[in-house]
Amino acid sequence: MTDTWTPLLVAAFAGAVRGGTPILYAALGETLAQRAGVLNLGLEGVMLVGALASVVVSYYTGQLFLALIAALLAGAVFGSLHALFALRLRANQVVSGLALLVLGNGITAYLGIPYVGKKITSLPPVKLAGLSEIPFLGPVLFQQDFLVYASYPLVLLIAWLLYRTRFGLEIRAAGEDPETADASGAHVLFVRSVAVIVGGACAGIGGAYLSLVYAQGWIENMTAGRGLISVGLVIFARWDPVRAMWGAYLFGLAWALKLLLQTTGLQVSPYLLGMAPYLLLLVVLIPVGVRYRQGNGGAPTALGKA
Amino acid sequence: MNYSRRFLLKRGLVGFALALALGGCSKPEPTSAAKPADGKLKVGFVTVGPASDWGYNYAHNQGRLYLEARMANEATTSIVENIPESAELERVLEKMIADGTKLIFPTSYGYLDPALRVAARHPDVIFAHCGGFKSASNLMTYFSYIHEPMYLSGMAAGRMTKTNKLGFVAAHPIPQVLRNINAFTLGARSVNPKATVNVVWTNNWYDPPTEAEAAKGLIKLGADVLTMHQDSPLTVVQTAESAGVFSVGYHADLHQFAPKGWLTGAMWDWGELYVRIAQSVKDGTWKTEQYRAGMDGGAVKIAPFGPAVPAEVQKEIRAMEEKIVKREFVPFQGPVKDRDGKERLARGQQPDFEWMEKMDWFVEGVVGTITKK
Repeated sequence: MTDTWTPLLVAAFAGAVRGGTPILYAALGETLAQRAGVLNLGLEGVMLVGALASVVVSYYTGQLFLALIAALLAGAVFGSLHALFALRLRANQVVSGLALLVLGNGITAYLGIPYVGKKITSLPPVKLAGLSEIPFLGPVLFQQDFLVYASYPLVLLIAWLLYRTRFGLEIRAAGEDPETADASGAHVLFVRSVAVIVGGACAGIGGAYLSLVYAQGWIENMTAGRGLISVGLVIFARWDPVRAMWGAYLFGLAWALKLLLQTTGLQVSPYLLGMAPYLLLLVVLIPVGVRYRQGNGGAPTALGKA
Repeated sequence: MNYSRRFLLKRGLVGFALALALGGCSKPEPTSAAKPADGKLKVGFVTVGPASDWGYNYAHNQGRLYLEARMANEATTSIVENIPESAELERVLEKMIADGTKLIFPTSYGYLDPALRVAARHPDVIFAHCGGFKSASNLMTYFSYIHEPMYLSGMAAGRMTKTNKLGFVAAHPIPQVLRNINAFTLGARSVNPKATVNVVWTNNWYDPPTEAEAAKGLIKLGADVLTMHQDSPLTVVQTAESAGVFSVGYHADLHQFAPKGWLTGAMWDWGELYVRIAQSVKDGTWKTEQYRAGMDGGAVKIAPFGPAVPAEVQKEIRAMEEKIVKREFVPFQGPVKDRDGKERLARGQQPDFEWMEKMDWFVEGVVGTITKK
């Protein structure tokens, strides 16, 4: 390790955590929903709604706490739209999800026009006392911001919820075998709706991360595909929240490296690096596909079925 | 008129339904409704992004507002925002012409070819295209060498840096951007030979999350002054401010977004040029041209200094500004060598338009690579 590479690695891994965080929030929510058997392809739209809601509230009130609540609620409202159409009214989940995507994109582009270029209160970086002094790990993990710190326990919380609680069992049962879950006394429609609405709320926060931390304002279509990446990430992580975290950071790392490697003078095409996360996704999907050739890749059995 | 075709086409249905739902309270209001009968010249502007971006499009809109204020009795203006660089523009221009617009500013580089096609169909309408290199009998082009104030901003950056590392977040490796990077670097190193400029390409004119990540990465690697060439300088300026490092702006004066760290910046000031063009159209003296000028033309200048810049540094930069305005000095003056030592401009030579439009190399002091597509 020469002197130039250590700071580069620290910057890259710190960027990986930061860049992975919005995707992580959305992917955690989608993991819940898909575990309950509901596919929500509209995360992109949900994230945009969360991003705009937090900008609007931050702009008018200057209160970050309220801005985050707004993102949470906006995401939950979009999640409940999906629950209404795909679950209550039994519309095709793919179609309902795509409708959310287009709706979220259009509605935010329209309503967001007056907020372009407006100065908002943004989420400041906060060093965690003590922890941030740990060599290497400190600057990577503990010189970030509130939403990054909140995402660490959230990963564990969702894992605990899924694997260690009765409600988690009902979620998984609703996703694997809704008839049996129903027969054993779980209210499948309720369980699935909760999973989708909470999932939407998480995606809303993911969107708020982009507007409050990165852009520090509203920009039309600022998610730029991150919602779609999150859906892919859930499959990549094989429906596990902890793996989703590693996956999100991997995406973040490729994104950060694409920018940082340029400062080293290395002749690596940024276009090639930009492709890296997607290539990686494909490469990981090959062994997954081979291993589960007979089944459905380890997906919840009832995923996407009404 | 404040409509946008793309917005109508793509979001019309959603927007319409919503406008109805909200009782029409957020319906866009037409901003001008002058009829040609009142003898006023109708001037139209088209921008590739939102005029509220505090950047490239904002600067053009400021020029439009200046024109409208100065020629209130002689001209009315309209603007159409968010029009992609495609055949979409032709439809927008046709609509403007049908509404009686006689002078049109298509302000984005990629608007040139569709604008030339529309110009050929409407010889009675005059076009002024920003940045183009082809003209027609009713289409002029104009541009200003913003790398000159960028050189001066580089001087401020070079004086203020403590780490001697300057960060440059840039969109695409095209001559116009490379000129700014090189001029900024030359300016910085003219006062601080130890300064280096670290370039990170975002490969996008407008991608705030990537711009922010690039800025954060540069800061983490030790850059303590950041600048950019992106459509909106807002993200990098705000990211620098919240990280507590200095920023040098581009396109517009953004000091209010960085009350502590703002140094200065290179900015457009199109107003006077727009008035001159509109006046000549109004008077019937307009002739097609390829207008190019530096700081002597007045359409580019350096932004006001922030409180962090000491008086003696301001004085030094103002002195150099005067030399540039008087054309006693220009940033690229022979001999100019590239990073590898190859001579690009011989001693005593002055750069011409063509030379500048072909720039595809870095000067010494730039860290980074020029990626070829």
